[in-house]
Amino acid sequence: MTDIAPRPQPEGPTPLFGAYGIVKRFGDFKANDGIDLEIRAGEIHALLGENGAGKSTLMKILYGLLEPTEGVVTHRGDIVRLGNPEAARALGIGMVFQHFSLCENLTVAENIALVMPKSLSGRDLKARIAEVGTTYGLHLDPDRPVWSLSAGERQRIEITRCLLQDPSLVILDEPTSVLTPGEAELLFTVLERLRDEGRALLYISHRLDEVRRLCSRATILRGGKVVGACDPRQESARSLAAMMVGAQVGEVKPATGAAPGRPRLVLNGLTLPAPGLHGTALHALTLTVSGGEIVGIAGIAGNGQAELFDALSGEALAPQAGMVVFDGGDAGRLGITARRRRGAGFVPEERNGHGAAPTLSLSDNAILSRHATAGLSRFGFLRGAAAKRLAQTVIAAFDVRKAGPDPAAGTLSGGNLQKFLVGREILAEPGILVVNQPTWGVDALAAAHIRQALLDLAGRGAAVLVISQDLDELFEIAGRIAVLHDGTLSKAIPAGETSRESVGLLMGGSQTPPPASATVTAGPAHAH
Amino acid sequence: MSLDVMEMVLVTIIAAATPLMIAALGELVAERAGVLNLGVEGMMVLGAATGFAVAVETGSTLTGAIAGAGAGVALAALFGILTVVLSANQVASGLAMTILGLGLSGLVGASYVGLKRDPAPHLDVPGLTGLPGIGRLVFGQDGFVYFGLFLVAAVWWFLWRTRAGLVLRAIGDDHTATHALGLKVRKVRFLAVLFGGACAGLAGAYLSLAYTPFWAPAMTAGRGWIALALVVFASWRPLRVLAGALLFGGATVLQLHAQAAGIGLPGQALSALPYLATILALVLLSLGKRQGGSLAPAALGRVFTPHR
Repeated sequence: MTDIAPRPQPEGPTPLFGAYGIVKRFGDFKANDGIDLEIRAGEIHALLGENGAGKSTLMKILYGLLEPTEGVVTHRGDIVRLGNPEAARALGIGMVFQHFSLCENLTVAENIALVMPKSLSGRDLKARIAEVGTTYGLHLDPDRPVWSLSAGERQRIEITRCLLQDPSLVILDEPTSVLTPGEAELLFTVLERLRDEGRALLYISHRLDEVRRLCSRATILRGGKVVGACDPRQESARSLAAMMVGAQVGEVKPATGAAPGRPRLVLNGLTLPAPGLHGTALHALTLTVSGGEIVGIAGIAGNGQAELFDALSGEALAPQAGMVVFDGGDAGRLGITARRRRGAGFVPEERNGHGAAPTLSLSDNAILSRHATAGLSRFGFLRGAAAKRLAQTVIAAFDVRKAGPDPAAGTLSGGNLQKFLVGREILAEPGILVVNQPTWGVDALAAAHIRQALLDLAGRGAAVLVISQDLDELFEIAGRIAVLHDGTLSKAIPAGETSRESVGLLMGGSQTPPPASATVTAGPAHAH
Repeated sequence: MSLDVMEMVLVTIIAAATPLMIAALGELVAERAGVLNLGVEGMMVLGAATGFAVAVETGSTLTGAIAGAGAGVALAALFGILTVVLSANQVASGLAMTILGLGLSGLVGASYVGLKRDPAPHLDVPGLTGLPGIGRLVFGQDGFVYFGLFLVAAVWWFLWRTRAGLVLRAIGDDHTATHALGLKVRKVRFLAVLFGGACAGLAGAYLSLAYTPFWAPAMTAGRGWIALALVVFASWRPLRVLAGALLFGGATVLQLHAQAAGIGLPGQALSALPYLATILALVLLSLGKRQGGSLAPAALGRVFTPHR
């Protein structure tokens, strides 16, 4: 903190904000290792990197949530100390959080009031919320409780809260990860407008197409260090990804030639009431997944994905046995273990707490889903050695990186735990595999590994159902794609005969997608 | 029933309701900040013993009441260090505080068992307190009652009309989000716990200084637990605490009268009424028409460990 790093010669005018020689240690681990970053007014600056590259740490340092171990932050050339978020806000730094930092049971206005000056009265605040709403098209009802709002509306609160402080720098952490393509489009308009007003934006995203479209400069982090800077408009998504991971991301190879086999997973008008106040009812879902193919279910979170997964895995029983058919046999009334005995495997969305018990070791977690199908118990007693062997097999086959021979599941990074969970199911050679959000929050290399494993499994004759919000992923691996919206499933269409645009419209609830033209299957989605 | 008998019954109901109300208001603030303090009973009983002992030594009821609140704060500070600073389990720590408080109070009060004091003085407004029917009810209570009513209004105003109250409610709803905004989660929670302890200690002091002006071991007799139930019954709203305290206090008094009148219902069944009422309230609340969100502070009972 005390010694001032030698300042690199600035190129051009003094940057609005600069971070020089930033080091942040957590124990022995260096999350940031000598990072230099300059942000200029009127630019959208991308911060790229895989999970664990140090993006969030750097962002938290800029927002005053963490103090750097070494290095300085400057504002218009002067060294500043960002001891807490209040100090950062006072300097004009605003933040839009990925997992919104909103209190669900407070109203919109109350959530905004939390960071506004004490002197601002309730009525004035509402007037200013309305003002920002009209200026930027961010309309909000200040008296609604947050729990009743959609992800897009919640993000509007975050952005409004940020703009009310008239920030000169706005940090956005994965802002489009929960938005529909249409909502993302609205967001981009707002961001471009903020840039034109002369504000600086630091944009963190995994979605390279967005970065190439919005950002004029990019800083790339890997392993806590800056490994490159570029103009993303001059790069391809592929070259950006290569810079992020430091290696060429292998393109997944679809299984070739295998004609779809017999139907293995069939839904016959699956109908389920909503499981709770926040749940979504399923309305007469009909779908056939044949051996050898991957079918993708697209949709925005909260449109029945969790309920569909539960109905397939047996966590929720169907009202009639015939609504879910596995390999020709009715399975709708079978429990989870019985379905696994029929040769099905399941990977839920939540890694910690649903897919794995975070405090248990990997071998114990192997027992959780394989106890009945891998001979891990005898006379009701567990066979610890066999479980350890199984866990080691998965770890070796799926290149799971971890500390220690058999660590607790919760200590693994998201990508490595996901590889373990997918591997645990795939090594059982399931005839039917259902995966919900297989690469959510997983870095590019691990995601490519998982997708390839799914393709290979289908290539060996299994029926694979992938539920995902990530359209790029679905178009990469799925043979056919159906859209789940508000508990209703559209017809599964071959991926080659549809486009991101029309799938995006269906995800947003449009009933009549425009006819897909053959040329728009690549590139970012334009919903309007 | 004559007007004066009615007034007598109401006065006893208010007397029974006051300690419940004061202790519940303190616990309500702590729970609104996200901390579940199951040590209310222990803080109350320690406040009763300390309050009585100090009042006997100094001869001042007010000093005794302040000392009682201070004893509650001291025990609450220990609870706060365990749960807020060291992130210990709130349920286990709270139960430990209750057991510790019962033990400590026996120690503090050992040499005061059997002593008697005059009860806390009641208000006496010439011309008004003597009014038939309502005089004693409105103008003849002791200071604790008036302070308790003031506290209801003050807590309501704090929670719903001040920014500090908004911050406290926000922290009780989501400590991760509020921490990310730079709000001082641990500081606010610690202060809320201290306030809860002060209220519990004061409620205990009311028992030994005004309600039954002597000290007997374990004299709180489960009122701390009733206060905890009362917070839930009131769905974490101060004004409903007032109504609930009168209802719960009424059940206690009713039980005594029913026994005196020889009504066949066993007293134990009537003693259970507050808890049955709480269960009923919980059922009614969840059957309510709300489509989402939660009535309880969403972060209630969850420990917060900042990543720093």
